[in-house]
Amino acid sequence: MASGPVATDGAEPTVVVDDLHVVYRVFGAGGDKGTAATALMRVVKRQRRPSVREVHAIRGISFVINHGDAVGIIGRNGSGKSTLLQAIAGLLPPERGCVYTSGQAALLGVNAALLDDLTGERNVVLGCLAMGMSPQETKDRYQSIVDFSGVGNFIDYPMRTYSTGMAQRLRFSIASAKNHEILMIDEALATGDANFRAKSHERIVQLRAEAGTVFLVAHNLAEIEASCNRVIWLEKGKIMRQGYDVPAIVDAYLEATGGEPRKRDKPEHNEHSAAG
Amino acid sequence: MRERARDQGGPGTLTDDLVIPEIDPSTLADEPLAELAARYRLRPSAARPGVFAYARQLWERRHFIVGFATARNVAMYTEARLGQLWQVLTPLLNAAVYYLIFGLILGTSRGVPNFTAFLITGIFIFNFTQRAFITTSRVMPDSLPLIRALPFPRASLPIGYVLIELEQLGMSMVVLTVIVLATREPLTWYWLLAIPALALQAVFNVGMGLFLARLGAGADDFSQLLPFLVRTWMYVSGVMFSIQTIGYLRDRPTLTYLLQINPAAVYISLVRNAILQSQRNAWPGSKPYNAANCAAYHAATAAGTKGGPVLEFSAYCHGTVTMPGLWLWGIGWAIVALVVGFVFFWQAETRYGRG
Repeated sequence: MASGPVATDGAEPTVVVDDLHVVYRVFGAGGDKGTAATALMRVVKRQRRPSVREVHAIRGISFVINHGDAVGIIGRNGSGKSTLLQAIAGLLPPERGCVYTSGQAALLGVNAALLDDLTGERNVVLGCLAMGMSPQETKDRYQSIVDFSGVGNFIDYPMRTYSTGMAQRLRFSIASAKNHEILMIDEALATGDANFRAKSHERIVQLRAEAGTVFLVAHNLAEIEASCNRVIWLEKGKIMRQGYDVPAIVDAYLEATGGEPRKRDKPEHNEHSAAG
Repeated sequence: MRERARDQGGPGTLTDDLVIPEIDPSTLADEPLAELAARYRLRPSAARPGVFAYARQLWERRHFIVGFATARNVAMYTEARLGQLWQVLTPLLNAAVYYLIFGLILGTSRGVPNFTAFLITGIFIFNFTQRAFITTSRVMPDSLPLIRALPFPRASLPIGYVLIELEQLGMSMVVLTVIVLATREPLTWYWLLAIPALALQAVFNVGMGLFLARLGAGADDFSQLLPFLVRTWMYVSGVMFSIQTIGYLRDRPTLTYLLQINPAAVYISLVRNAILQSQRNAWPGSKPYNAANCAAYHAATAAGTKGGPVLEFSAYCHGTVTMPGLWLWGIGWAIVALVVGFVFFWQAETRYGRG
C-alpha cells in the first residue's frame, strides 16, 4: 500500500523535496469578540492573539522528481496541494526540511494575483518584466500574449472589471509566455471556456516538451490522467500515495473520498506505468 | 505554539480520517536526499542569494520596479473624477491647510523671512519622507498575493513604493517652483543644488523604506504606530517653524545641534537653502559673527517682526551646522540608511511569503 521506492538510477532528479514542513500564518481567523477590552485582557494575561493562527499545511513530505516527469497532484480541498507548489517555487519558506530544484520553478496559479486596479495592458508588461524579461522582449511578445488570451478590447480596461475566466486567461497567457525549466500549473485552467481550454492544453503540451518537469494540480482527474505519468495524492499535508501507476492511484483516491469511479473506455496513455 | 498548530490542521481539513501511511525516506533513494540533491547540483528553492548577488538581481529588475511605480501612480487617481489633477491638488491643499494653521492662526512665522515659501518647502520635502515611510511599512502585507505568486527580489516592492513617492514629489516640486517664484524669490543657479539634495533624500528614504518594510512585515502593530512617530518627528524637525527662532534652544547648543542634524531637518534645510535666497542669506553662521546684528535679530524675533531685512541678520549669529556640514550629514545619513536598510531587509528575503 505504501508508495513503492522511486527509481533514481539513470534518471536525473530536477526536484528533491526532503522532509518538507510548511507553516503559514492566517490573520483574522475567528477568535474573541474583537473589542478593545478583550484585546487589553489578552495583553494583560500575556495570551497570544487568537485571531492569528498558524496553519501547518505541509507536514513532512519527501519525494524525488526526475527530468521529464509530469506530476499530477491530487487531494481534497485543503490537503496542501497549492501550498506544496508554492513551497517548491520558493514563494513560501519551509518551516523545516528543504526543497531542492534545478532552476527557478514557475507557478501558474489561480491566485497569481496581478495588479487589479491596473489595465490588462499594464499587467502584461509588468508581469513580463517581473518574470525577468527585458523591455525589448516584453514588447516583442506583447501582441502574441494578448492574442492568445483572447480578452480583446478589454485589454485597455482595469483587471478588476474582468470576469474570473477572462482574468485567468490573461494570467495564463502572461505566465506561459516564457519557457520554464520547471513548470507548475495550479488549477489555472479551471474557469476558461472550452475553446481556451483546448488552446491552453496544446500550450501545456508544448511547454512540457520544452520544460524538464511539469506539476499539475487539478480536480479534473481526466486532465491528470491525460497529461501526467506520475501522481502524488496528498491528504492533510502528507503523502497518502504516490507513484507511476496513475489510474490505480486515481481510483483509490476516488474510492476513499467517495467519488464515482472513473470510466475508462480506452487504454491509458501512460508510457511510464511500468516503472511504478 | 507549533504543537497547537499541528492539532488544528489546515483550514479545509475534513474530519473523517484516512489512515496516512508513514513513508520511510530511505525508500526514496539510497542516500540522504540532501546528498542526492547536492550530487545533481540542485539548489534550495528558498535560498537567499549573497548580498551582492541580490543587489545585482535587483538591478536586473530595474525595469519592473520603474514600471510598477509608474503604473501604480497612474492608477492611484483613476477612481477620482478629477483624475491626475489630484497629483497637483493634493500638495496644494496640503500647503493651504498648513499655511492656515501655522502661518495665520498659530503665527509660527515669527523670525522667518518669506515664511510662505519656507513653510511650503518644508512640508513638501517632509511629506516625501513621511509618505515613503508610511507606505513602505505596509508594502509587504499589502503585496502578499503578489509575493506568493511570482518570484522576484522582494526589495523591488519597497523601492517601487519610494519611487511612487518620488514621482509625486516631482509634481509637488513643479507646484513649489511656481509658489516660490510667486513669493519673489529669484531664480538662481543655486536652485540646481536641490537636485542632489533630493537625490540624497531619496536614497535615505529607500534605505529606511527597506528597513521599515521588514519591520512592517512582521506585526501590524508597527505600521499602526508609525504615523504617530512620523508626526512627532515632523514637529521637531523645523518644518513649520525655524529651529533658530526657538528661545528655549538658544542656550542649549547640543540640543539645537541634534535637532539640526536629524535627517529630516538636514534634507529640508538643504532644499530651502538651494531654492530660497532669503533662507540662504539668513543661515546662521553664513556671515562673520557680529554680536550687535545678532542681538538685533533676536530682539526682532521676540517682538514678532514679520518682515524686513533684520530677519536675515540671523546670519550674523553663531551657526550650529555649517552649509558644507549639512551636505556631509545628508550624504552620511543616506549611506548609513541604505546600507543598514538593505542588509536588514535582505536577511529576511526568503521569509516574506509567510505573512
